[in-house]
Amino acid sequence: MNISYIILVPLIPLALFVLLGLFSKKIPPSIAGWIGSLGLGTAFVLSLYTAYHYFLGAKLDGVYQTFTYKSTWIIFSDKLHMDMGMLIDPISVMMLVVVTTISFMVHVYSRGYMKGDDGYTRFFSYLALFSFSMLGLVLATNLFQMYIFWELVGASSFLLIGYYYTKPSAVAAAKKAFIVTRFADLGFLIGILVVSYYSGSFDFGELNSLDGNVITNWTATSFMGLSVFTWGLILIFMGGVGKSAMMPFHIWLPDAMEGPTPVSALIHAATMVVAGVYLVARLFPLFYFVEDGFVLSIVAYIGAISSLVAAVIAITQTDIKRVLAFSTMSQIGYMMLALGVSKYEGHEGLGYMASMFHLFTHAMFKALLFLGAGSVIHAIHSNELADMGGLRKYMPITHITFLIAALSIAGFPGFAGFFSKDEILAAAFENNRLIYVSSVIVAGLTAFYMFRLYFGIFWGKDKKYEHTPHESPLTMTIPLIFLAFMSVFGGYIPFSEFISADLKSFTSHLDLPLAVIASTVGIIGICLAYVFYKKENNLSEKATQLFGAFYQWTFHKFYFDEIYLFITKKIIFGILAAAIAWFDKYVVDAFMIGVGNVTMAFSNQIKGIQSGKVQDYAMAFVGGVVVLAMVVFYIWIN
Amino acid sequence: MDILSLFVIVPILTVLALIFAKNLKQARIVSLIGMAIQFAMAINLIFAYIKERAVNTDIMVFTKDVLWFGTFNIHYSIGVDAISVVMIALTAIVVLAGVFISWQIDDLPKEFFVSLITLSAGVFGFFISTDLFTMFVFYEIAVIPMYLLIGIWGSGPKENSAMKLTLMLMGASALLSVGIFGIYFNSNADGGPLTFNIFEIAQVHIPVAAQNIFFPLVFIGFAVIGALFPFHTWSPSGHASAPTAVSMLHAGVLMKLGGYGVFRIAMYLLPLGALSWTNFFLILSAIGVIYGAFGAIMQKDLKYVNAYASVSHLSLVLFALLMLNKTAWTGAIIQSLSHGLLTALFFALIGMVYGRTHTREISKLGGIMKILPFIGAVYVITGLAYLGLPGFSGFVAEMNIFVGAFEHPDMFHRIITIVVVSSIVVTSVYILRMVGKIMMGPLADETYKDLPKATWFEKVGLVLLMIPVLFIGTMPLGLSEMIKASIQPFLERLL
Amino acid sequence: MILGVSIYEILTLTSILFFIGVYGFITRTNLISMLISVELILNSSVVNFVVINKYLFPEVLQGVFFAVFIIAVAAAETALAIAIIINLYRLISSVEVKDTEVMKY
Repeated sequence: MNISYIILVPLIPLALFVLLGLFSKKIPPSIAGWIGSLGLGTAFVLSLYTAYHYFLGAKLDGVYQTFTYKSTWIIFSDKLHMDMGMLIDPISVMMLVVVTTISFMVHVYSRGYMKGDDGYTRFFSYLALFSFSMLGLVLATNLFQMYIFWELVGASSFLLIGYYYTKPSAVAAAKKAFIVTRFADLGFLIGILVVSYYSGSFDFGELNSLDGNVITNWTATSFMGLSVFTWGLILIFMGGVGKSAMMPFHIWLPDAMEGPTPVSALIHAATMVVAGVYLVARLFPLFYFVEDGFVLSIVAYIGAISSLVAAVIAITQTDIKRVLAFSTMSQIGYMMLALGVSKYEGHEGLGYMASMFHLFTHAMFKALLFLGAGSVIHAIHSNELADMGGLRKYMPITHITFLIAALSIAGFPGFAGFFSKDEILAAAFENNRLIYVSSVIVAGLTAFYMFRLYFGIFWGKDKKYEHTPHESPLTMTIPLIFLAFMSVFGGYIPFSEFISADLKSFTSHLDLPLAVIASTVGIIGICLAYVFYKKENNLSEKATQLFGAFYQWTFHKFYFDEIYLFITKKIIFGILAAAIAWFDKYVVDAFMIGVGNVTMAFSNQIKGIQSGKVQDYAMAFVGGVVVLAMVVFYIWIN
Repeated sequence: MDILSLFVIVPILTVLALIFAKNLKQARIVSLIGMAIQFAMAINLIFAYIKERAVNTDIMVFTKDVLWFGTFNIHYSIGVDAISVVMIALTAIVVLAGVFISWQIDDLPKEFFVSLITLSAGVFGFFISTDLFTMFVFYEIAVIPMYLLIGIWGSGPKENSAMKLTLMLMGASALLSVGIFGIYFNSNADGGPLTFNIFEIAQVHIPVAAQNIFFPLVFIGFAVIGALFPFHTWSPSGHASAPTAVSMLHAGVLMKLGGYGVFRIAMYLLPLGALSWTNFFLILSAIGVIYGAFGAIMQKDLKYVNAYASVSHLSLVLFALLMLNKTAWTGAIIQSLSHGLLTALFFALIGMVYGRTHTREISKLGGIMKILPFIGAVYVITGLAYLGLPGFSGFVAEMNIFVGAFEHPDMFHRIITIVVVSSIVVTSVYILRMVGKIMMGPLADETYKDLPKATWFEKVGLVLLMIPVLFIGTMPLGLSEMIKASIQPFLERLL
Repeated sequence: MILGVSIYEILTLTSILFFIGVYGFITRTNLISMLISVELILNSSVVNFVVINKYLFPEVLQGVFFAVFIIAVAAAETALAIAIIINLYRLISSVEVKDTEVMKY
């Protein structure tokens, strides 16, 4: 089947970026908003159409076909060259749908949210740039192309986080995000170099091939006890850890909330942060087969630890966007651990399917949560929980959609999050009990902090508001409604029919006992939150005092930021860089200047020869003659 | 008149015409016309080269050879291959952009343009020569006007910087001349006559002992201008004191003479010497990459940041050349081109900011983007390109270098490659620090509200530099293939 | 030929004269004294020429001719030197050599 029209999906946002970027002064804001939304709408329709055709028509003998379109972009050497192209397989089609859907929703939402802002057109051009980059990443046919779009996504994120560029905190957050992810990308790059050198290719098709020279031959070269491919994969995963804000590279995500809320919804909830998960999924055969899944277990544990730590921190945060940021980190931890515990064949690959399923549903409800939070922030001009209360009376649509999303993420039965989370827990239960227990705890914590947020914003006493909050305009509420719809009904899509590690469909069923455990834990969390937060009381203060020092640690996000700042500012900048600058100026340069000074000193010493006295010259003359005479004499005698 | 000699003759004619110019306006117009003709010639050369390459597979095309000084067998022999064409194009673009950017110089403008154009004549001559002595002559013609340009039209401690720069480069030229004469006197090792011609020398088997002595001399001679650690210290003060167009030309073009010289002379004529000295110089250039990057972080003056950044990126060129394989060499050439354009862009932008705010202190600047949107946007884009963002030429260059460098399977090369790759993080730190502090953030000084926006000439200069960066970044295949084809004969000498 | 005196003694005499002249040239402070010392040097070389001619090559007369030549040149050179000294005196009002050390570093 010819689906080369898919090239339009990333190209439309690229054209939008160029158009809106070059003419940002000349295009009036409302037109920019319409152009952006229409463009992404077209991309959205195209990707749905693709999904429809692909998932219903691309199976050959029960296996989903992979389509590749590519052309050579650069030739490095006889062995290695790099192509630009599109790889169409189940997960890339799914990601196309996710990215275009959320991007489209965010575009429509931003028309209302960013209204009146100075750089309105610039904002839409950046959004288009991001969409193009993310779509390019998703469609990448080889590691290098993915790396290219990975970097472009990082640059778009930088531009968007730093959108309010006159605010120092926004600039700092943008820099931090870029530099932390760049550090992680260093690992990614070195991993690419290692893997490509030893396998002779960047191409995903060749690397993932079950008869290819990686999967059949990874034991051939080893370094310090592990195969070189293991090291390469660990380094590549390091890039994923950075981009997906897993520990220990998670510090940029909370600060990234300095960007406008639609940006947080698009990038830091639904699309860019899942790039790391997508990377592992893309290279899943490699991760699974090389070193018998050693790296995959690293993936699982990092995912599990991140999800637990993030959930704990989320309970204590007071800025609603930060709560959502840590929630994102926690949910992505879920996706990572699901991939980590997964196996390959058929039903064994449940983790893989669950991870992708959760990616899909999480995109819907997390974007909804962020957009809802944006709606609230837009109404009362503050991010802090303490400034909010009783908003359900003023903003009904926001209220109901937020509630739907909260129920979904908490895993309330019947909503999308329930189904995807259940699959993850089932996969964990089958493969790693420790991670299963941790995931159940996280599920409970998730419900708790989510409803702490919900009750804190929409219930309780009214706070003093500058002006009476009112519901957001239609252009902002329609995306909310659509996403709410997806947060409920998205769970009923039979994902295992479409997405699986070995590209064959399998049936997955709801595991009733596990589902009951998960739902119960979730409902307990909701009830606890109800007790603590629905009405004003001091139960939460008492609990805070109960936890004492541990609470302080958690509130300060376990001091990770402080440690990183210390290392970078004091040690690297203050000691290393300053020392090098000093060394260069006072040692190396001084040496060069010293050479000049030595020459001058020497010259000063011997300038006396030019004394101006005739008699000195005569003396030198006579002396020279005497010496010459002696030499001649000496030679004459011998 | 053949197409190549025109590159030397047109600047000389422009200089002569300038002598008759009576005031600022005429001086500018004459220079602009001269350099525009030069630019058109360079573009024409690119197409002519591609056409010629399709039929002619010699190492050099458009060659010409004229006996200059018979006693020592010195010829005026010229020719180009892809690498020379790339460098000539770079020079033409940067010089033209430089003329646009220095439209405002009103102090002895005639002499300024005379020196600048003489310098460019020297550079063009260097790139087209294939005779060692002629190359050296043109090299000196290119280096010496720097003393005047920085010492008279510079700012800050200009005489001191000019003196330091010129003396250090002269010292390097002294070493270089020893090396060149060493090569010359060994060029009869196979029984033929003494010769300065590069290709004839390449056929001779110069004894290993001689190669081991002369290679470091020639290498250091060229690498000093290519910012090799620890001989790079002329660069920060030199660039900081120089006027904008001079910085652009110097960092953008002159410093590439180093890499080009290493490639054409040191490695082509003394391959065995190269093989025995690579490890030592690899360490020095790797230190240069990291050292330059870290040194750039804490600098307080914008031009110093850029100077250290250039040290870092140019050490990368030397690093790649020392890797002695095709991919890395392709990367080195593309990096020379890319860095030339990007650093010229940076210096142009810094010059524009300085010309308006009269300060280069990072602490005194801030929030400029709101007041100068075009300059601010180009600054951010240039910064992102400089740190190696895909879509721009820097990425293509660096990836070629890293992939090529990684091909060496032994531990020393691998480790040193990883060390150098990690510089991408440090680069992003100082670039974003600089961009964030001066372009973004709140406005640092209320008087900045009234700064004049970018003029037409400035915009043209900036766009002129940016277009090739984008082109190479998005469609690198043609350029890299062209360069690879020309590198092939040079590489064969080493194998 | 002087009976009873060999060439060595006369050459010793002229050498002593020569070095007295050199010593005088280097050590004297008065320009005229320096001139006189130069005359001594020249005269010693004249005597040398004549003596060598007479003792070693008695048949020819080149040495004597050259001696006359030297005397003539010495006279001309002395005249020139005096002219310079007079002009210098007009400038610096002194004939001491230590007042002429102007062309130095």
